[in-house]
Amino acid sequence: MHLAYPAVLSALLFCTGLYGVLARRNAILVLMSVELMLNAVNLNLVAFDVWLSKTAEETLHSGQALTLFTIAIAAAEIGIGLAIVLAVHRNRGTADIDKLRDTAERHDPDGTDHDALTAEQSGEAQKAEATA
Amino acid sequence: MTLAATACLLATGPTTRTAAETHGFLSPTGVEIAFVLVGLVTFGAALVTVTTRQLVHAALWLVVTLGGLAVEYLLLTAEFIAWVQVLIYVGSVVVLLLFGLMLTRAPIGRSPDADSGNRWAALTVAVAAAAALVWVVVDAFRTTWIDLDGPAAGSTEATGASLFQNWVLPFEALSVLLLAALVGAIVLSRKAKAAAATAAGSTPDTRSTPATGSTPGTGRTPAPGSEKEGTR
Repeated sequence: MHLAYPAVLSALLFCTGLYGVLARRNAILVLMSVELMLNAVNLNLVAFDVWLSKTAEETLHSGQALTLFTIAIAAAEIGIGLAIVLAVHRNRGTADIDKLRDTAERHDPDGTDHDALTAEQSGEAQKAEATA
Repeated sequence: MTLAATACLLATGPTTRTAAETHGFLSPTGVEIAFVLVGLVTFGAALVTVTTRQLVHAALWLVVTLGGLAVEYLLLTAEFIAWVQVLIYVGSVVVLLLFGLMLTRAPIGRSPDADSGNRWAALTVAVAAAAALVWVVVDAFRTTWIDLDGPAAGSTEATGASLFQNWVLPFEALSVLLLAALVGAIVLSRKAKAAAATAAGSTPDTRSTPATGSTPGTGRTPAPGSEKEGTR
Protein backbone atom coordinates (compact mmCIF):
# COMPACT_ATOMS: atom_id res chain seq x y z
CA MET A 1 0.00 0.00 0.00
CA HIS A 2 1.24 3.48 -0.70
CA LEU A 3 2.04 5.43 2.44
CA ALA A 4 0.32 8.44 0.92
CA TYR A 5 -3.16 7.00 1.45
CA PRO A 6 -3.12 6.79 5.26
CA ALA A 7 -1.09 10.00 5.49
CA VAL A 8 -3.62 11.95 3.39
CA LEU A 9 -6.57 10.48 5.29
CA SER A 10 -4.91 11.39 8.55
CA ALA A 11 -4.30 14.97 7.39
CA LEU A 12 -7.92 15.34 6.29
CA LEU A 13 -9.25 13.97 9.57
CA PHE A 14 -6.98 16.28 11.53
CA CYS A 15 -8.23 19.32 9.64
CA THR A 16 -11.83 18.20 10.15
CA GLY A 17 -11.18 18.08 13.87
CA LEU A 18 -9.50 21.48 13.67
CA TYR A 19 -12.61 22.95 12.05
CA GLY A 20 -14.78 21.39 14.75
CA VAL A 21 -12.68 22.79 17.57
CA LEU A 22 -12.75 26.28 16.08
CA ALA A 23 -16.37 26.39 14.95
CA ARG A 24 -18.36 24.47 17.54
CA ARG A 25 -20.06 26.19 20.42
CA ASN A 26 -21.01 23.34 22.73
CA ALA A 27 -18.09 22.21 24.90
CA ILE A 28 -18.87 18.52 24.42
CA LEU A 29 -18.80 18.90 20.64
CA VAL A 30 -15.39 20.54 21.03
CA LEU A 31 -14.27 17.47 22.99
CA MET A 32 -15.52 15.25 20.15
CA SER A 33 -13.46 17.25 17.66
CA VAL A 34 -10.40 16.87 19.88
CA GLU A 35 -10.99 13.13 19.74
CA LEU A 36 -11.01 13.33 15.94
CA MET A 37 -7.65 15.09 15.96
CA LEU A 38 -6.17 12.51 18.33
CA ASN A 39 -7.39 9.70 16.09
CA ALA A 40 -5.79 11.30 13.06
CA VAL A 41 -2.47 11.31 14.91
CA ASN A 42 -3.00 7.67 15.87
CA LEU A 43 -3.54 6.69 12.24
CA ASN A 44 -0.31 8.42 11.28
CA LEU A 45 1.59 6.64 14.06
CA VAL A 46 0.26 3.22 13.05
CA ALA A 47 0.93 3.70 9.34
CA PHE A 48 4.50 4.89 9.84
CA ASP A 49 5.16 2.13 12.35
CA VAL A 50 4.00 -0.54 9.90
CA TRP A 51 6.18 0.99 7.19
CA LEU A 52 9.28 1.26 9.37
CA SER A 53 8.87 -2.14 11.02
CA LYS A 54 8.91 -3.79 7.60
CA THR A 55 11.83 -1.83 6.19
CA ALA A 56 14.08 -1.49 9.22
CA GLU A 57 16.21 -4.29 10.58
CA GLU A 58 15.36 -3.78 14.21
CA THR A 59 12.30 -2.02 15.49
CA LEU A 60 10.95 -1.05 18.86
CA HIS A 61 7.36 -0.79 17.57
CA SER A 62 7.46 2.70 18.96
CA GLY A 63 4.56 3.86 16.81
CA GLN A 64 2.15 1.24 18.09
CA ALA A 65 3.29 1.67 21.68
CA LEU A 66 2.77 5.42 21.39
CA THR A 67 -0.65 4.78 19.85
CA LEU A 68 -1.65 2.71 22.86
CA PHE A 69 -0.39 5.44 25.18
CA THR A 70 -2.29 8.06 23.20
CA ILE A 71 -5.51 6.06 23.44
CA ALA A 72 -5.12 5.69 27.21
CA ILE A 73 -4.31 9.37 27.66
CA ALA A 74 -7.28 10.30 25.49
CA ALA A 75 -9.54 8.19 27.70
CA ALA A 76 -8.21 9.97 30.77
CA GLU A 77 -8.58 13.33 29.03
CA ILE A 78 -12.19 12.71 28.07
CA GLY A 79 -13.02 11.71 31.65
CA ILE A 80 -11.46 14.81 33.17
CA GLY A 81 -12.85 17.04 30.42
CA LEU A 82 -16.39 15.79 30.89
CA ALA A 83 -16.08 16.21 34.66
CA ILE A 84 -14.99 19.82 34.13
CA VAL A 85 -17.79 20.48 31.63
CA LEU A 86 -20.36 19.01 34.00
CA ALA A 87 -19.02 21.11 36.88
CA VAL A 88 -19.21 24.25 34.73
CA HIS A 89 -22.71 23.34 33.62
CA ARG A 90 -23.75 22.80 37.23
CA ASN A 91 -22.35 26.15 38.34
CA ARG A 92 -23.30 28.31 35.37
CA GLY A 93 -26.23 26.47 33.86
CA THR A 94 -24.66 26.34 30.40
CA ALA A 95 -22.02 24.41 28.49
CA ASP A 96 -21.77 27.11 25.83
CA ILE A 97 -18.15 28.18 25.55
CA ASP A 98 -19.11 31.49 23.97
CA LYS A 99 -20.83 32.52 27.20
CA LEU A 100 -17.97 31.63 29.51
CA ARG A 101 -16.25 34.98 29.23
CA ASP A 102 -15.20 35.72 32.79
CA THR A 103 -11.56 36.19 31.92
CA ALA A 104 -12.21 38.18 28.73
CA GLU A 105 -11.09 41.78 28.47
CA ARG A 106 -13.94 44.24 28.29
CA HIS A 107 -13.82 47.05 25.77
CA ASP A 108 -16.48 49.30 27.22
CA PRO A 109 -16.01 53.08 27.19
CA ASP A 110 -16.83 53.35 30.88
CA GLY A 111 -14.86 50.29 31.72
CA THR A 112 -14.16 50.94 35.37
CA ASP A 113 -17.64 50.31 36.66
CA HIS A 114 -18.04 47.19 34.61
CA ASP A 115 -14.62 45.98 35.61
CA ALA A 116 -15.41 46.51 39.24
CA LEU A 117 -18.73 44.76 38.79
CA THR A 118 -17.23 41.79 37.02
CA ALA A 119 -14.42 41.64 39.54
CA GLU A 120 -17.00 41.54 42.29
CA GLN A 121 -18.91 38.83 40.46
CA SER A 122 -15.81 36.79 39.79
CA GLY A 123 -14.76 37.25 43.41
CA GLU A 124 -18.14 35.92 44.42
CA ALA A 125 -17.71 32.99 42.06
CA GLN A 126 -14.27 32.32 43.47
CA LYS A 127 -15.68 32.43 46.95
CA ALA A 128 -18.33 29.92 45.91
CA GLU A 129 -15.62 27.69 44.51
CA ALA A 130 -13.50 28.17 47.61
CA THR A 131 -16.30 27.09 49.89
CA ALA A 132 -16.62 24.03 47.74
CA MET B 1 14.05 7.08 15.10
CA THR B 2 16.23 8.97 12.67
CA LEU B 3 18.79 6.21 12.88
CA ALA B 4 16.19 3.66 11.99
CA ALA B 5 14.90 5.84 9.17
CA THR B 6 18.32 6.37 7.68
CA ALA B 7 19.15 2.71 8.12
CA CYS B 8 16.04 1.64 6.33
CA LEU B 9 16.66 4.18 3.61
CA LEU B 10 20.18 2.88 3.18
CA ALA B 11 19.06 -0.70 3.27
CA THR B 12 16.04 -0.46 1.03
CA GLY B 13 16.67 2.55 -1.13
CA PRO B 14 16.74 0.70 -4.46
CA THR B 15 13.87 -1.60 -3.53
CA THR B 16 11.73 1.39 -2.60
CA ARG B 17 12.37 2.95 -5.94
CA THR B 18 11.53 -0.23 -7.79
CA ALA B 19 8.46 -0.66 -5.64
CA ALA B 20 7.33 2.81 -6.59
CA GLU B 21 7.89 1.97 -10.20
CA THR B 22 6.05 -1.31 -10.08
CA HIS B 23 3.22 -0.05 -7.86
CA GLY B 24 1.66 2.91 -9.60
CA PHE B 25 -1.28 4.91 -8.36
CA LEU B 26 -3.26 3.94 -11.47
CA SER B 27 -3.19 0.24 -10.69
CA PRO B 28 -4.23 0.02 -7.05
CA THR B 29 -4.21 -3.22 -5.16
CA GLY B 30 -7.28 -4.63 -3.45
CA VAL B 31 -6.11 -3.45 -0.03
CA GLU B 32 -5.72 0.06 -1.39
CA ILE B 33 -9.21 0.06 -2.89
CA ALA B 34 -10.66 -1.12 0.41
CA PHE B 35 -8.61 1.48 2.28
CA VAL B 36 -9.85 4.30 0.06
CA LEU B 37 -13.49 3.21 0.31
CA VAL B 38 -13.41 2.90 4.09
CA GLY B 39 -11.45 6.13 4.23
CA LEU B 40 -14.16 7.95 2.28
CA VAL B 41 -16.80 6.67 4.71
CA THR B 42 -14.64 7.69 7.65
CA PHE B 43 -13.96 11.16 6.32
CA GLY B 44 -17.61 11.72 5.43
CA ALA B 45 -18.72 10.64 8.89
CA ALA B 46 -16.15 12.99 10.42
CA LEU B 47 -17.48 15.86 8.30
CA VAL B 48 -21.04 15.12 9.42
CA THR B 49 -19.81 14.93 13.03
CA VAL B 50 -18.45 18.46 12.98
CA THR B 51 -21.24 20.00 10.91
CA THR B 52 -24.51 18.44 12.05
CA ARG B 53 -26.88 20.52 14.15
CA GLN B 54 -28.27 17.62 16.13
CA LEU B 55 -25.95 17.02 19.03
CA VAL B 56 -26.78 13.38 19.68
CA HIS B 57 -26.39 12.59 15.99
CA ALA B 58 -22.88 14.05 16.16
CA ALA B 59 -21.95 11.46 18.80
CA LEU B 60 -23.48 8.68 16.72
CA TRP B 61 -21.59 9.74 13.59
CA LEU B 62 -18.46 9.80 15.72
CA VAL B 63 -19.06 6.08 16.28
CA VAL B 64 -18.97 5.57 12.50
CA THR B 65 -15.74 7.55 12.24
CA LEU B 66 -14.01 5.63 15.00
CA GLY B 67 -15.22 2.28 13.68
CA GLY B 68 -13.95 3.17 10.22
CA LEU B 69 -10.59 3.99 11.72
CA ALA B 70 -10.56 0.59 13.42
CA VAL B 71 -11.11 -1.02 10.01
CA GLU B 72 -8.22 1.05 8.64
CA TYR B 73 -6.00 -0.27 11.41
CA LEU B 74 -7.02 -3.80 10.47
CA LEU B 75 -6.13 -3.10 6.84
CA LEU B 76 -2.73 -1.84 8.01
CA THR B 77 -2.28 -5.20 9.86
CA ALA B 78 -2.33 -3.53 13.27
CA GLU B 79 -4.95 -5.80 14.73
CA PHE B 80 -4.28 -5.21 18.43
CA ILE B 81 -4.61 -1.45 17.99
CA ALA B 82 -7.84 -2.03 16.08
CA TRP B 83 -9.43 -4.01 18.90
CA VAL B 84 -8.20 -1.54 21.49
CA GLN B 85 -9.77 1.21 19.38
CA VAL B 86 -13.10 -0.61 19.30
CA LEU B 87 -13.00 -1.34 23.02
CA ILE B 88 -11.94 2.05 24.33
CA TYR B 89 -13.18 4.57 21.79
CA VAL B 90 -16.38 3.03 20.49
CA GLY B 91 -17.09 1.29 23.78
CA SER B 92 -16.35 3.85 26.42
CA VAL B 93 -15.44 7.27 25.08
CA VAL B 94 -18.57 7.64 22.96
CA VAL B 95 -20.74 6.40 25.83
CA LEU B 96 -19.08 8.98 28.09
CA LEU B 97 -19.75 11.69 25.50
CA LEU B 98 -23.40 10.64 25.24
CA PHE B 99 -23.69 10.75 29.02
CA GLY B 100 -22.18 14.23 28.94
CA LEU B 101 -24.66 15.36 26.31
CA MET B 102 -27.56 13.99 28.32
CA LEU B 103 -26.37 15.43 31.63
CA THR B 104 -25.90 18.90 30.20
CA ARG B 105 -29.45 18.64 28.84
CA ALA B 106 -28.55 19.00 25.21
CA PRO B 107 -31.57 19.54 22.99
CA ILE B 108 -32.70 16.42 21.22
CA GLY B 109 -33.85 18.08 18.03
CA ARG B 110 -32.05 20.57 15.83
CA SER B 111 -30.30 23.29 17.75
CA PRO B 112 -29.77 26.40 15.62
CA ASP B 113 -26.83 27.70 17.63
CA ALA B 114 -24.57 24.66 17.41
CA ASP B 115 -21.96 26.62 15.44
CA SER B 116 -20.48 29.81 16.73
CA GLY B 117 -20.15 33.02 14.75
CA ASN B 118 -16.59 32.41 13.61
CA ARG B 119 -17.36 29.35 11.53
CA TRP B 120 -16.23 30.97 8.30
CA ALA B 121 -12.88 31.87 9.81
CA ALA B 122 -12.65 28.30 11.11
CA LEU B 123 -13.52 26.95 7.67
CA THR B 124 -10.82 29.09 6.07
CA VAL B 125 -8.21 27.96 8.57
CA ALA B 126 -9.18 24.30 8.23
CA VAL B 127 -9.20 24.33 4.42
CA ALA B 128 -5.86 26.11 4.29
CA ALA B 129 -4.33 23.67 6.76
CA ALA B 130 -5.77 20.71 4.84
CA ALA B 131 -4.43 21.97 1.51
CA ALA B 132 -0.97 22.60 2.92
CA LEU B 133 -0.80 19.27 4.76
CA VAL B 134 -2.08 17.19 1.85
CA TRP B 135 0.29 18.89 -0.57
CA VAL B 136 3.31 18.37 1.65
CA VAL B 137 2.42 14.80 2.57
CA VAL B 138 1.72 13.72 -0.99
CA ASP B 139 4.89 15.37 -2.20
CA ALA B 140 6.96 13.70 0.52
CA PHE B 141 5.57 10.15 0.50
CA ARG B 142 4.48 9.73 -3.10
CA THR B 143 6.92 6.91 -3.78
CA THR B 144 6.92 5.22 -0.39
CA TRP B 145 5.51 1.73 -0.33
CA ILE B 146 4.29 -0.16 2.73
CA ASP B 147 4.92 -3.87 2.45
CA LEU B 148 1.89 -5.53 4.00
CA ASP B 149 2.87 -9.10 3.17
CA GLY B 150 4.43 -11.52 5.59
CA PRO B 151 3.71 -11.65 9.32
CA ALA B 152 1.51 -8.90 10.67
CA ALA B 153 3.45 -5.96 12.04
CA GLY B 154 0.90 -5.24 14.72
CA SER B 155 -0.20 -8.66 15.90
CA THR B 156 -0.91 -9.06 19.58
CA GLU B 157 2.27 -11.07 20.06
CA ALA B 158 4.53 -8.47 18.47
CA THR B 159 2.83 -5.55 20.20
CA GLY B 160 2.88 -7.24 23.58
CA ALA B 161 6.52 -8.27 23.27
CA SER B 162 7.69 -4.79 22.33
CA LEU B 163 5.42 -3.18 24.93
CA PHE B 164 6.69 -5.27 27.82
CA GLN B 165 10.32 -5.41 26.69
CA ASN B 166 11.00 -1.84 25.66
CA TRP B 167 8.14 0.25 27.02
CA VAL B 168 7.59 -1.09 30.55
CA LEU B 169 8.42 2.11 32.43
CA PRO B 170 6.09 4.37 30.38
CA PHE B 171 3.42 1.67 30.70
CA GLU B 172 3.61 1.75 34.49
CA ALA B 173 3.72 5.54 34.51
CA LEU B 174 0.57 5.47 32.38
CA SER B 175 -1.21 3.38 34.99
CA VAL B 176 -0.35 6.00 37.61
CA LEU B 177 -1.72 8.67 35.26
CA LEU B 178 -4.97 6.76 34.84
CA LEU B 179 -5.28 6.49 38.62
CA ALA B 180 -4.69 10.23 38.95
CA ALA B 181 -7.33 10.92 36.28
CA LEU B 182 -9.79 8.64 38.10
CA VAL B 183 -9.25 10.42 41.41
CA GLY B 184 -9.43 13.81 39.73
CA ALA B 185 -12.71 13.03 38.00
CA ILE B 186 -14.23 11.83 41.28
CA VAL B 187 -13.07 14.95 43.10
CA LEU B 188 -14.43 17.22 40.37
CA SER B 189 -17.76 15.43 40.44
CA ARG B 190 -18.09 15.52 44.22
CA LYS B 191 -17.36 19.24 44.52
CA ALA B 192 -20.86 20.60 44.06
CA LYS B 193 -22.41 18.11 46.46
CA ALA B 194 -19.96 19.16 49.14
CA ALA B 195 -20.79 22.80 48.38
CA ALA B 196 -24.50 22.13 48.75
CA ALA B 197 -23.93 20.34 52.05
CA THR B 198 -21.77 23.18 53.34
CA ALA B 199 -24.27 25.77 52.23
CA ALA B 200 -27.04 23.89 53.96
CA GLY B 201 -24.96 23.84 57.12
CA SER B 202 -23.48 27.31 57.50
CA THR B 203 -23.16 29.87 54.72
CA PRO B 204 -26.10 30.99 52.63
CA ASP B 205 -25.05 30.86 48.99
CA THR B 206 -27.25 32.23 46.25
CA ARG B 207 -26.34 29.56 43.71
CA SER B 208 -27.07 26.57 45.88
CA THR B 209 -30.15 27.97 47.61
CA PRO B 210 -32.59 26.02 45.41
CA ALA B 211 -30.63 22.85 46.08
CA THR B 212 -30.92 23.33 49.82
CA GLY B 213 -34.51 24.34 49.42
CA SER B 214 -35.36 21.08 47.75
CA THR B 215 -34.11 19.12 50.75
CA PRO B 216 -35.13 21.28 53.66
CA GLY B 217 -33.83 20.64 57.09
CA THR B 218 -32.21 17.32 56.46
CA GLY B 219 -28.64 18.58 56.50
CA ARG B 220 -27.49 15.58 54.54
CA THR B 221 -26.07 15.47 51.09
CA PRO B 222 -29.01 15.74 48.73
CA ALA B 223 -29.79 12.94 46.37
CA PRO B 224 -28.62 13.40 42.78
CA GLY B 225 -32.14 13.71 41.49
CA SER B 226 -33.10 16.46 43.89
CA GLU B 227 -29.82 18.23 43.23
CA LYS B 228 -30.44 18.16 39.53
CA GLU B 229 -33.85 19.60 40.14
CA GLY B 230 -32.35 22.27 42.34
CA THR B 231 -29.77 23.55 39.89
CA ARG B 232 -32.12 23.60 37.00
